[in-house]
Amino acid sequence: MSNTTNIMIVGVGGQGTLLASRILGNAVIREGYDVKVSEVHGMSQRGGSVVTYVKYGEKVHSPIIDQGEADIILAFELLEAYRALPYLKTGGRLIVNDQQINPMPVITGAADYPADILGKLDAAVDLTAVDALALAKQAGSIKAVNVVLIGLMAKSTSIPYESWIETVKTTVPPKFLEINLKAFDLGYHHQS
Amino acid sequence: MKKLLLGNAAVAQGAYEAGVHFVSSYPGTPSTEITECMATYPADEVFVEWAPNEKVAAEAVVGAAIAGGRAMSCCKHVGLNVMADAIFTDSYIGVSGGAVFCVADDPGMHSSQNEQDSRHYARAAKMPMLEPADSSECLNYTKLAFDLSEQFDTPVFVRLSTRVSHSQSLVEIGERDNRSVKAYEKNIPKHVMMPAMARGRHVLVEERTRKLMEYAATSPLNIREDNGAKIGVITAGIAYEYAKEALGDKVNYLKLGMVWPLSETLIRDFVASCEKVYVIEELDPFIENECRAMGLDVCGKELFTLLGEYTPAMIAKAVLGQDAPAHTTPAEAIPNRPPVLCPGCPHRGTFYVLKKLGLTVSGDIGCYTLGAVAPLTSVDTTICMGASISAAHGMAKVQGTEFNKKLVSVIGDSTFMHSGMTGLVDIVYNKGANTVIILDNSITGMTGHQDNPTTGKTIRGEATKQVDLIQLCRALGVEHVCVCDPFDIKAFEAVVREETARDEVSVIIAQRPCALLKSVKYEGHCEITEACRKCKLCMKLGCPAISVDKETGTVRIDATQCNGCGLCVGVCPFGAIVKVD
Repeated sequence: MSNTTNIMIVGVGGQGTLLASRILGNAVIREGYDVKVSEVHGMSQRGGSVVTYVKYGEKVHSPIIDQGEADIILAFELLEAYRALPYLKTGGRLIVNDQQINPMPVITGAADYPADILGKLDAAVDLTAVDALALAKQAGSIKAVNVVLIGLMAKSTSIPYESWIETVKTTVPPKFLEINLKAFDLGYHHQS
Repeated sequence: MKKLLLGNAAVAQGAYEAGVHFVSSYPGTPSTEITECMATYPADEVFVEWAPNEKVAAEAVVGAAIAGGRAMSCCKHVGLNVMADAIFTDSYIGVSGGAVFCVADDPGMHSSQNEQDSRHYARAAKMPMLEPADSSECLNYTKLAFDLSEQFDTPVFVRLSTRVSHSQSLVEIGERDNRSVKAYEKNIPKHVMMPAMARGRHVLVEERTRKLMEYAATSPLNIREDNGAKIGVITAGIAYEYAKEALGDKVNYLKLGMVWPLSETLIRDFVASCEKVYVIEELDPFIENECRAMGLDVCGKELFTLLGEYTPAMIAKAVLGQDAPAHTTPAEAIPNRPPVLCPGCPHRGTFYVLKKLGLTVSGDIGCYTLGAVAPLTSVDTTICMGASISAAHGMAKVQGTEFNKKLVSVIGDSTFMHSGMTGLVDIVYNKGANTVIILDNSITGMTGHQDNPTTGKTIRGEATKQVDLIQLCRALGVEHVCVCDPFDIKAFEAVVREETARDEVSVIIAQRPCALLKSVKYEGHCEITEACRKCKLCMKLGCPAISVDKETGTVRIDATQCNGCGLCVGVCPFGAIVKVD
């Protein structure tokens, strides 16, 4: 398989994973890498599982990531983190927002939300869990969860802090810049 | 300048650079962003519009190209079915200004009702088809498609797939070729397709295909990559990227950027240079069957599936016998997370009532197809754009009056404009007595909020004439047309009861805007109070914000999910749900 850095962003449609992948993609091209970002639009965005792949390196071919290939998985929700687990590379890092959003089969009673997902993930892989919702609230909007998580993940990459800040400035709408910069910093400086 | 662009945005940039004058499309995932991006270029350079359906869009493009402009229409795979009537004959007419039809397939059906392979259309309509593999090729191929169109006097397909349309990669941005529209020339034998003229044109179409095959033999679109290997891979589009990732330089490649027509010489030479050749293509064995028809021995669908998307791992396994890298798999079943109607969705009120009344629901294409998902499970059928009305007509005619009194069609405002109107005319004309519910949420929802003829705005957000649904239905001959808010559950239920009981055709316009529109401002969120008797009636709404604790039966509302639409407040018989700031 090719020599690229593979990052998967998973969550629930509506959580803002697309903006997160956009920030990540833009940060990566600032550093001069080849990059591919694969998103899914349309029906699955309506509260379904959403997956975005970001791959960068000298040359990227496939825009998708296979099982056992992700260097980092950034999960916006616990169950989606668990679902994405097989995609993590041996020794890869899983960053998860400690939030539970019940899918419809759980809501209707057709299925159970697995118990103690954090414990199971922690036993299996290198895990960082964070209450991104609380940090986003602290930044000024619960909608900034995505940027908090990008901030947290940013520390695990080789891309310098200043480059991230510049990217956030050029990617998010000016109206929400202040909240998002604060959210990024809260994530970046979060001690887990 | 290098820029990270979505495949769809790169197609738009390519068309812009090619000097396109006219773009007309109907939205459809995964193609929608092409036309949306086109509308970001200056209005004095390119006229961009949402047409009421793909057929209208395609015909407008045919006309624009006959009149000397460069023109493009973009659609999803099933949209091409709607376009097909125009396109098959446009293939005979050819162009004056270049005409490009961009079609996006959806392997894996991320957002579609079938998984058809559009390449068959290129062969059937005898039109060339280009297939890019990344955003850079999206830009370059689209640009080239306009030139080929004029050079060979043919409309040209550009075929995308979801992963190409919705992946971002780097592209080199260029300047626009500011060409003017050619002078219009009247040319009856070329432009009037009646039998005598069309016979003459068909001869030219067959000659054109021969010339295009010669072009394919040496075209820079088709690339031979010789790695000195014994194994060869013939591939195209996104499958090339997957193969390249999986197999690297262990194999030789023939990457076809032009998937129709194929050059027999090129393929024969490549196959002869390898000991074993795999054809790797998603969906149907299109290239493979052509190779077999040439009498060539290739491996294809006996190893690779006809279903869904491919992955590099799948290819590495099939060709090299290589297993996926080590990974951890959860030891328990993980519940699915299917898409659902959003919190605050106006359709939730509609389906709650239809289910309560036990009606058969002939459904259509849009967010409201999700009315089939538990716990609503209200929708009985979904076929294609507009079929909710015409299919219900057929149901009513074979099942009879009593069945019809428990039958409704549900169709969105945009879908009704697309091809629902004609079904309604069928019912009126042929003495039907159906009840049609137009779900008027003031926008084309599923594809991500596009304006349509009922919204009063163009694709560029300018004010325009607004089709009046009430007057339209009346003009079609429907005497009973009423408007009702589906969130006023009691009133809506009464209206549905009354209209379905009628022995005449009727239309109910269920009017409430999409909850995701910026103009819709629900505030606060709902909470369950101590007055709750755990009857779980609110659970029948299928709202993702409301859940029940399995052990205690306690109902709770997730404040991060709830947008305060208040539908549940009206449904609770005990007044146990309140809205808080």
